[in-house]
Amino acid sequence: MNKLKALAVLLLISTMAYAGGYRVSTQSNRQLAMGHTGVAVVNSADILFFNPAGLVHLENKINFSAGGFGVFSSVSYQNSEFGTSSETDSPTGTPVYAYGTYKINEKLAVGLGIYTPFGSNVTWPTDWSGSHLVNEIELSAIFIQPTISYQLFDSVSIGGGPILAIGGVTFNRNAGQSLTDEQGNRSNVGIDDSSVTAWGWTAGLMFTPNDRFSFGFNYRSLINIESTEGTATFSNFPNSALTPANGETGFTATLPLPAEITVGLSHKFFDDKLLLAFDYNRALWSEYESLDLVFENGSTSINPRNYKDSSSWRLGAQYLATDNLTLRAGWYYDESPVQSGYFAPETPRNDSLGYTFGLSYQVNSKLAIDASFLYLRFKEVNESYDFFTDPGASAPSSFGGTYKSQALIPGIGVTYSM
Amino acid sequence: MMKKFNLKYIGLFIAAAAVVSCEVEFDNPIDEAGVYTSGEADFSNYVSVGNSLTSGYADGALYLDAQLKSFPAIMAGQMELAGGGEFIQPLVNDNAGGLLAGGVQILPNRFVLAVGANGSPAPAVYTGEAPTTDITNTFTGKLNNYGVPGAKSFHLGAPGYGNIAGVATGQANPYYVRFASGGMSTVIGDAAAANPSFFTLWIGNNDILSFATSGGIGVDQTGNFDPTSYGSNDITDPNVFAGAVSQYVTALTANGAKGALVNIPDVTSIPFFTTVPFAPLSPANPDFAAQIPALNAQFGALNQAFAFLGVPERSITFSTTAASAVVIKDESLTDISAQLTQVLIGGGFPAQQAALFGQQYGQARQATEDDLLVFTSQTVIAQLNSTRFQELVGLGLDQATAGQLSVNGITFPLEDQWVLTPEEQTAISTAQTAYNSTLEALAAANDLAFVDARTALSQVANGGVSFNGGVLTSTYATGGAFSLDGVHPTPRGYALTANFIIDAINAKYDANVPKVNIGAYRSIQTSDSVN
Repeated sequence: MNKLKALAVLLLISTMAYAGGYRVSTQSNRQLAMGHTGVAVVNSADILFFNPAGLVHLENKINFSAGGFGVFSSVSYQNSEFGTSSETDSPTGTPVYAYGTYKINEKLAVGLGIYTPFGSNVTWPTDWSGSHLVNEIELSAIFIQPTISYQLFDSVSIGGGPILAIGGVTFNRNAGQSLTDEQGNRSNVGIDDSSVTAWGWTAGLMFTPNDRFSFGFNYRSLINIESTEGTATFSNFPNSALTPANGETGFTATLPLPAEITVGLSHKFFDDKLLLAFDYNRALWSEYESLDLVFENGSTSINPRNYKDSSSWRLGAQYLATDNLTLRAGWYYDESPVQSGYFAPETPRNDSLGYTFGLSYQVNSKLAIDASFLYLRFKEVNESYDFFTDPGASAPSSFGGTYKSQALIPGIGVTYSM
Repeated sequence: MMKKFNLKYIGLFIAAAAVVSCEVEFDNPIDEAGVYTSGEADFSNYVSVGNSLTSGYADGALYLDAQLKSFPAIMAGQMELAGGGEFIQPLVNDNAGGLLAGGVQILPNRFVLAVGANGSPAPAVYTGEAPTTDITNTFTGKLNNYGVPGAKSFHLGAPGYGNIAGVATGQANPYYVRFASGGMSTVIGDAAAANPSFFTLWIGNNDILSFATSGGIGVDQTGNFDPTSYGSNDITDPNVFAGAVSQYVTALTANGAKGALVNIPDVTSIPFFTTVPFAPLSPANPDFAAQIPALNAQFGALNQAFAFLGVPERSITFSTTAASAVVIKDESLTDISAQLTQVLIGGGFPAQQAALFGQQYGQARQATEDDLLVFTSQTVIAQLNSTRFQELVGLGLDQATAGQLSVNGITFPLEDQWVLTPEEQTAISTAQTAYNSTLEALAAANDLAFVDARTALSQVANGGVSFNGGVLTSTYATGGAFSLDGVHPTPRGYALTANFIIDAINAKYDANVPKVNIGAYRSIQTSDSVN
């Protein structure tokens, strides 16, 4: 267990939020290229993530796939009333995944998946105009999922497994819009916790009435990342009994990784050369009501979030162009869980459109190289976060403006079957 | 063949990736030309001229953090969006405030709000660092901010005002010494030589303020046209003011620069005059409550004498149920010392005591709501006046009696320096009105923007100004607008100042300079680094 944890911590590579909130839909190169559909698409070991019930449908005895992405994102902010503008300079996120499956017999398959479905990595210029909400956030969660899949009836398979989630967060922001030490340095609070573990589970069902049509259902449970052993660092507070002392202290916080329901279907056409897929996700974000940080030094930071449940609609297509080349394309619409007035620049996500494409090249009968590309476009939005109150202030101060974001996410992976 | 075919796809993949990888661009990016404009003005070389308010002075000192948030610096930052250029200020070294001359401290450090031993916050001099700004280290070269703390209107045109040799004698100003171009240079000459394309001129506050903060101990010099004969706490003659300021406007507009003139706010807008109530003597204070019967008995005889002399309004009584007004010496009252002494003798007082009372209460009365007690009076009210005590002991009184008769504001009338009486306030407001008429007329005659700071600040004082995050008022320490010296704004107050000047400039010159979010600027600084 400890070794596993250590490995997982090593793998806590920064990931990136792109599916509303801090959900990152980059769990497969093949499926991302198809609009990140997949609950009813049996393509590779990647099905372990999309629908554990599909494991048993993989043709080969052993399947392995792994890959990663580079997330190049930028968020721009401007406020025309005050003439302020800022742009993020976030490090490149690198979500990764690896899945392995083993078919024990025609009715039973097992597998293990490691992937990073949640994360956020946003770096604003230090002390920018929204620095009282966030200077920098790096949130990551790595999921380890042992999986079993069983063919229940001829046309119905089920699957599922426990999920061990290992989360880490660093979050830095200024204590207020204007609080400084005697030198004019902005008072700042940073928190850091690197290996919080929590358990969840997933279960799926796949209905395959014929060779061409599949219907899938998948449920992923809520996982609460409860941080209790991290360190909070207070810095640049004045030497005053009226403000918290500088230095390190403990804190507690709970970050929910929300439950998600996916239903979808796929159908093959033209001698099975063309496959079309549709997925619908519902992420139960309403769990995320408030991010409450309670510090051991007696201060608290209550940050209402009031997220709402949100949906994604995904379309994908796959075309077997030649014996060794498969082309894919997709589109999705991703609704943001962030409600008006709660638009915080730490997850500056409004509704987005994703355009995807990609290809697989079969190097030999066993090995294929998969590439994908996602262009995620956010509509320009005028929004604000209205629930921050400066220390000692009599009224909350709204922080708002115009935000525009985009992300470019190329990915590469390999698929191996035998 | 097959390979080539694949390369095509890969090429297409890369090309498509390149197409979408353009920068994030807003529909209406604010950094595009034409969004913010200077209108008929030209902000490329903004020069600010004035006194402490222009320099960024706050908390009783000029220190780096507040200087960086001076209203001209804030404005220049916004003007940058509309063609404004670099804005150079004669920055001090540190956040201690205070000035040195040849290593010797000549001006104190700034105030911070410190939690004292009794657990309640109060202003105290910051000692967290030593002052390092020495006036012998001078600036050379172009500046943009020519704000000189302490300067009165006529000082800006006074040669030698920046001559270090004159600092010790009070002929020169140590703040101007730091950046004067020469021993006989003038502030206005240096500012004009900076060749402004745009300027703000805010001068004249100290021409009445030093009289006001000194409780009116100076002289109203109206009618005296020779400012070299003025004392530091005097009111400047309005003609002297007008002559000086019109000369400055001429100098600053010589090359066609546009600009803004800012008028003089009411002294009643600032917490220095509104914090200490006229009736601060509360019976809730047990020490004071215990003395009330004896005091009323003692003043009873005096009040009878006042009534007899036809001035019953001078009666002094202390309430056992409500806070009482302090006893003050009002120099505008007819001095009835002699009559009072006679009446008291007639009433059976021993001659010496009658003379003493006559002298002590000859111009005394209790304060009314029309009197303004200066901020610093709180440190003396209800305290023993040791000078008076020594005097009385010298006259042969026993210590107990001498002590009893030497309590500031109770038995010993508060001296002139602690109170602005209505007569003194009238002198101030008469001069202020004249200055402001001059400024408004000069703005009109020279086609400059006129900034009515008086009205803007009276809004802060009367109900406050709402902003995103609260209401800015002139309440001492907690109101947010004024720093701990009770006179100068906090950075947040300076941000508000910048905003209303920007408003006036936008309106006058058809410019579009954005205002600042005043909530992003701090109010008072807390610190317990006060030794």
